Amino acid sequence: MTAAVEAKGWAWRHAGRSSWAVRGLDLRVEAGERVLLLGASGAGKSTLLRALAGVLGGEDEGESEGTLLIDGSAAERARGRVGLVLQDPESQVVLARVGDDVAFGCENLGVPRNEIWRRVGAALEAVGLDLPLNQPTSALSGGQKQRLALAGVLAMRPGLVLLDEPTANLDPDGVIEVRDAVADVTAATGATLIVVEHRVDIWWQLVDRVIVLEPGGGVLADGTPGEILAGQGAALAASGVWVPGHPPALPARNARVGGTLLHIEQLAIGRGVPVQHDLEMSIAAGSCLAVSGANGSGKSTLGLTIGGLLAPIAGVVDAAGLATGLGHDPFRWKSRQLVTRIGSVFQDPEHQFVAPTVRAELEVGAKAIGLPDVAARVDPLLERLRLTGLADVNPFTLSGGEKRRLSVATALVTRPPLLILDEPTFGQDCRTWAELAALFAELLDGGSAIVAITHDQLLVEAIADSELRMPVPTAVSAA
Amino acid sequence: MTTLLTPDVGTRAVARINPVAKLAAAAILGVTLVISLDWVSAVIALGCELVLLPFAGVGARRLLVRTTPVLVAAMLAGLTILLYGRASGDVHLQWLFVTISDGSISLAIATTLRVLAIALPAVILFITVDPTALADGLSQVLHLPSRFVIGALGGMRLVGLFVEDWRSLELARRARGIADRGRLRRFAGQAFALLVLSIRRGSMLATAMEARGFGAAGQRTWARESRLGWQDALLVTIALVIAAIAVTVSVLVGSWAPVLA
Repeated sequence: MTAAVEAKGWAWRHAGRSSWAVRGLDLRVEAGERVLLLGASGAGKSTLLRALAGVLGGEDEGESEGTLLIDGSAAERARGRVGLVLQDPESQVVLARVGDDVAFGCENLGVPRNEIWRRVGAALEAVGLDLPLNQPTSALSGGQKQRLALAGVLAMRPGLVLLDEPTANLDPDGVIEVRDAVADVTAATGATLIVVEHRVDIWWQLVDRVIVLEPGGGVLADGTPGEILAGQGAALAASGVWVPGHPPALPARNARVGGTLLHIEQLAIGRGVPVQHDLEMSIAAGSCLAVSGANGSGKSTLGLTIGGLLAPIAGVVDAAGLATGLGHDPFRWKSRQLVTRIGSVFQDPEHQFVAPTVRAELEVGAKAIGLPDVAARVDPLLERLRLTGLADVNPFTLSGGEKRRLSVATALVTRPPLLILDEPTFGQDCRTWAELAALFAELLDGGSAIVAITHDQLLVEAIADSELRMPVPTAVSAA
Repeated sequence: MTTLLTPDVGTRAVARINPVAKLAAAAILGVTLVISLDWVSAVIALGCELVLLPFAGVGARRLLVRTTPVLVAAMLAGLTILLYGRASGDVHLQWLFVTISDGSISLAIATTLRVLAIALPAVILFITVDPTALADGLSQVLHLPSRFVIGALGGMRLVGLFVEDWRSLELARRARGIADRGRLRRFAGQAFALLVLSIRRGSMLATAMEARGFGAAGQRTWARESRLGWQDALLVTIALVIAAIAVTVSVLVGSWAPVLA
């Protein structure tokens, strides 16, 4: 049942790229081993997982060298023996109902109908999803969706389970849900497990082997978690992996708080339907307010409302400290008046990209407010956020960390005194995290105010002066 | 809980009818009524449909909401024909291009009734269709290639995400300082951004589906069986009977007027 993996001089190059994603990989994973696969960004971890799952594509998609075997036969012919769970919960749900979605893989493998439904029940039980089979999948939380994806994989009875950053998009509760489900499943089935994840501490207890890939090809280190931590811990942390016992450096803060920039009174927020009532808070120059709370409690909606992007349902958003001649309600400001007063950074950077290059992306804000010397504003920012070398690159092709840095930079161009950041450190590696925390501390010390909507307790510790915990929402919406 | 892809189809007999049979019934009525332009066949078909309406298991409120667009469309179609239709018989009013005559009045009534008679059963049958069941029927009953049918079904789930994406894109443009001017250009840019995001999401979904063995060689099985039963035969028979009565009566009273004649 459980499957072994063997790579001999294996390499892969994506079509149209000059460099190899993976090269000269020699590796053997025995049946039943639980492996954590690490490596700096660009070391080819995801490529290897997709190759093992047989979804890299054929010759149109790229070029390969060497062999990649699962139980002695070529990986691309082992579909069904291998189950893959990806990072984004949204794009893994295939069908509209829980039971149908879990059954999908079995159908494709030609499992007889009675057997499918037996497996569906068993798989849902194994991942701890106690839901009716006809429950709409769109109503599930992120953690539930990832467990659903795992159940779908499990129902196929794979000998090898591959997880590609399965918890990167989840809130802390979701992370624990998924980790525990994986632990139960591997214990019960004995399937071979290969996990890729930046947040090593989640998996450290569960795996019995850690393999570190070297960018450009080959294996950098291979051993038990203890051996790797002792030998490679510091180097891994420096390359961006979250290693237990090697936390990123927290920036120093000088707490010098200025006048109030914005406050809210009896604010009700929501898109049409109110999710929260009677919210009160104020934010002063030079201070950071962290907003936390469960998924669906309206944190992002609050950010959009105080950021002048959504109209309040009731109550007041008073930005008297930012208005400088305008009315006090930011929702009534013009777009170009808004950007010099409040900068909003969305959770998904891609939603905010509007230009074909990184440099043009930063110039957008500068031009919108009619700055005479655009380059004088943009160049130092590119430098500060290590984007100078990427100035002519299309924003959509950047890595996750680079996209995040760029989306923060686009808000900084117009130098707004108040920044609203929605999950700014979500899914970031340790190195980008430390850079962002240092940048935020620097901005705060320079007199800016930050509202940080975040699940990241470490970020709260690092920069927040106060915390607003959103209560359980007043009306749980059907969406 | 109901969503776009998991509608509440009710528990009445209609909900258990195979979507393929509903498709066939709506097609039979539609094709029959498109052939002729007279009002007799339309009135008879519409009358039969209204008699059957209470059995559809759709609440009055929902029925009204879903059929309002059809009612409006039927009225507008009638009005257009009334004002601009081919004139014949007595002319009652003439002003610029507008001519209201006996001929255009009867044609307008016939058109309104016809649009209602075709659209009403289609709307009723389709608001009670579950997309998953339709996909099962298309693949298992009509044997359309499952690759396309299931692929389309998977893709439909992304539509809801696109709506969310669009809203975020719009707010993001205001947050970037570029929402004051150039509405048209901004719309184009936003549409392009949505396209990029949707291709990205689509290819991720495709990878996820492939990873679950979709498109693999070998025979696919079906977790949900879709086959035709007596209810389905009954529905199609009813549609055939309504069509037959409408045509027969229309021919007998001499008002049958095929469009191609």
